[in-house]
Amino acid sequence: MLRYALRRLVGAIPTLLVLITLAFFMIRVAPGGPFDSEKSLPPEIEANLNEAYHLDEPLWQQYLRYMGNILQGDFGPSFQYREYSVNELIAQGFSVSLTIGGTALLVALLVGCTLGIIAALRQNRPTDYAVMTLAMTGISIPNFVVAPLLILAFAVGLGWFPAGGWEGDSLAKIVLPVIALALPYIAYISRLMRSSMIETLRSNYIRTARAKGMPERVVILRHALKPAFMPVLSFLGPAAAAIITGSVVIEMIFGIPGLGRYFVQGALNRDYTLVMGVVVFYGILIILFNFIVDLLYGALDPKVRYD
Amino acid sequence: MTDVQTTSPADAVAAVTDPTQDIAGRSLWQDAWRRLRANRAALTAVALLSVMTLLVLFGPMLSPYDFDYTDWDNVSVAPSFASGHYFGTDFVGRDLFVRTLEGGRISLLIGVVATLVSLVIGISWGATAGYLGGRIDNVMMRIVDILYAMPFMFFVILLMVFFGRNILLIFIAIGAINWLDMARIVRGQTISLKQREFVEAAVACGVSSRRIIFRHIVPNLLGVVAVYVTLTIPQVILVESFLSFLGLGVQEPYTSWGALVNEGAQQMESAVWMLIFPASFLALTLFCFNFIGDGLRDALDPKDR
Amino acid sequence: MSANNLLEVHNLRVRFATQDGEVEAVNGVNFSLAPGETLGIVGESGSGKSQTVLAIMGLLAGNGQASGKVVFGGKDLLTLGSRELNAVRGANIGMIFQDPMTSLNPFLRISTQLTESLVAHRGMSKKEALARAVEVLDAVHIPDAKNRVHYYPHEFSGGMRQRVMIAMALLCKPQLIIADEPTTALDVTVQAQILALLDELKRDFGVAIILITHDLGVVAGLCEKVMVMYGGQVMECAPLDDIFAHPRHPYTRGLLRSVPRLDGAGETRLATIPGNPPDLLHLPVGCPFSPRCPDVRDLCRSDRPLLRYQDADSARACHVPVEELT
Repeated sequence: MLRYALRRLVGAIPTLLVLITLAFFMIRVAPGGPFDSEKSLPPEIEANLNEAYHLDEPLWQQYLRYMGNILQGDFGPSFQYREYSVNELIAQGFSVSLTIGGTALLVALLVGCTLGIIAALRQNRPTDYAVMTLAMTGISIPNFVVAPLLILAFAVGLGWFPAGGWEGDSLAKIVLPVIALALPYIAYISRLMRSSMIETLRSNYIRTARAKGMPERVVILRHALKPAFMPVLSFLGPAAAAIITGSVVIEMIFGIPGLGRYFVQGALNRDYTLVMGVVVFYGILIILFNFIVDLLYGALDPKVRYD
Repeated sequence: MTDVQTTSPADAVAAVTDPTQDIAGRSLWQDAWRRLRANRAALTAVALLSVMTLLVLFGPMLSPYDFDYTDWDNVSVAPSFASGHYFGTDFVGRDLFVRTLEGGRISLLIGVVATLVSLVIGISWGATAGYLGGRIDNVMMRIVDILYAMPFMFFVILLMVFFGRNILLIFIAIGAINWLDMARIVRGQTISLKQREFVEAAVACGVSSRRIIFRHIVPNLLGVVAVYVTLTIPQVILVESFLSFLGLGVQEPYTSWGALVNEGAQQMESAVWMLIFPASFLALTLFCFNFIGDGLRDALDPKDR
Repeated sequence: MSANNLLEVHNLRVRFATQDGEVEAVNGVNFSLAPGETLGIVGESGSGKSQTVLAIMGLLAGNGQASGKVVFGGKDLLTLGSRELNAVRGANIGMIFQDPMTSLNPFLRISTQLTESLVAHRGMSKKEALARAVEVLDAVHIPDAKNRVHYYPHEFSGGMRQRVMIAMALLCKPQLIIADEPTTALDVTVQAQILALLDELKRDFGVAIILITHDLGVVAGLCEKVMVMYGGQVMECAPLDDIFAHPRHPYTRGLLRSVPRLDGAGETRLATIPGNPPDLLHLPVGCPFSPRCPDVRDLCRSDRPLLRYQDADSARACHVPVEELT
């Protein structure tokens, strides 16, 4: 178990290395610099700034320096928000993004699984068709279309929830962003859950449970739920990564000061360290999440052994 | 389940039956076609998508306006047949009907071209890795694994921000992301195809690896590829719209559905038609592609029904 | 058929609605079973033998529909609601399936899968149920049952898993066990062990058994009565000795001729029945076996022969008199 975790950790090193290298050189090769927009900057001050941020060193030296800093868990200072370090900005943004993304993932999981199971149990009947059409709609309408429509209906029209922003600690502010973010994943998960539940219910061991005279509730909950859930569990890794990406748009639309907004603004302002920091952080997050999903998989499936 | 279908190899009764008399079989493709034709949702989607394609190609001719013509007398007007602005105009007086169709051209074009890019890379990579196997396969798939773990959307955003927003770059960037899935699928299929008799026969006849891959293996991947393509095109359209929505995709005066939705979302409180029309066109197209893809998959692999 | 029969099946029909039309898998099957009796149902793939017992248990696939009467313990199983049916399944009738590899739930420990039916049907506590489960595992000769009861299915071999299946069917001391090809998926040596076990249980517990198989050899070792099915219909039904000594149906004769015999002097080649098993979508109007029958008459092609009883135990469905069969 511990050895497995260690092996996974070692396996992630090349991935991270490629990630950091690719991001670093892509950003540096691009035309333009972090202080371009501040046109009034006298040359000697710009030189000072460049020196302070080590931008005057050769590229490979900067690269090695950056790598060294990352190893110590330091993403450096932000070029744009000069009074903050990137670590601080990430911590700040991530707590907001995590609130939205985590809630959305949870909502998607609960609602998606429930809908999927209901559809499977009513296969090829009106309920099933209704759920599946709804799911197809959820997949087909992008969240940047859903989000404005939600705002139009529930914020502008009915006035139930705020149209955006992150002020105040009311629960109301996260409702619309979470719905907009969760909707496509509710759709994916319900489709996945439906087909996997249908397949599971056809399996021989379900027939055995029925032959034993187990009531339908026990057949579904004790015998079919766990095996049917496994494909959904494997989907959670990619889903979490995609929800992170999706939250970029949602944060922009709802004006939420999350990690995604920092990323886009950082990119537009050529805030090298901030952009790098966010990309690397996301990369680590995705790797970590896939690892957790694999551990959960092993915990649920008795056939999986870590040795 | 029904013992109509189960024939276990240990069947002693098999000795009773005479194997020379064969029951008339249907080919996989005939069967798939029959099932697809019975799928009304998929057929409707094909019809709708054809109409959409024709409309996008020839629709602009039905309007007196150009996609970048500014009608100063009609800025931000609601849809009306009298003015000839069937979908209304945007905040600088451009005709939304023509712009929606124009945006559709670009969105569909990007969808198809970028999917083809990912198809070519993915098939070549996956078929080669799967066919050659061994160490080469290991290395090639390890590369795919590493790339898979990248937050690619962020790289695309960076690419767009730093290197300017040109369509060619969008094709390449999107195509470059999507080939990973294709490569994995094709590799898996190739490995199972490799053990089939007709490939072994080709090897025995001394046909070159290259020729076997493209002559014998790739054609047999068509089913999987067809499903994949119909499900990738909407994804690509979505990614492009996503970029355009962030203002990083297609540049003015050209437009795409994503860009139009972005403009519409900003004006939605005063001019809701600016959001509704491009959004419905986009959603409808994605809807159709998804239904066709689903239908194709069910037709080729009917275990879900 | 007497009143003290354990199970009586009257005119059982099973239909499946498929995309290509309606399939008649079982077509008017009648039989009865006394307590402690062992019936073998023999037939090739598509003969309807499995669907017959699945219909009895209410386990048909979703598109299947059974009609007729299945009287067990004074109740018609086909008309019972799910709650009443569940009270019979597992408690009074146990079932063993063909494939022990897939018939046990891979996600649950054997202990859970065994005890749950005792808790549900016999109202035992978990602890009592576990003790009983170990006892039954011992009875089916699983070594170290006390520890192994906590294993997962994948930790057992195929033969061991089939023993677990048998233990599962026996748990609640049912009056009837239905075994659907219990040895088909197993190695030959393991097959013999499982059959010996069934024989032992039959004697020790006095349980009635319906054994479905395509293997006449299996029937010979275990059954008292044999029912031969073809194309969803009963062709012949008779006591075991009569089936082997005096088969009275052309299909039964064909089956027997195609069994390899160790004493087979004279015949060098194993006989086959020409043709394929019936296409259930397009069954002949007359006797389902008529296209392959060596003794076929014009009447056989146009009229379906009914199952007629010669005496209480023997019946056959054939237009051709026994004396005229080849």
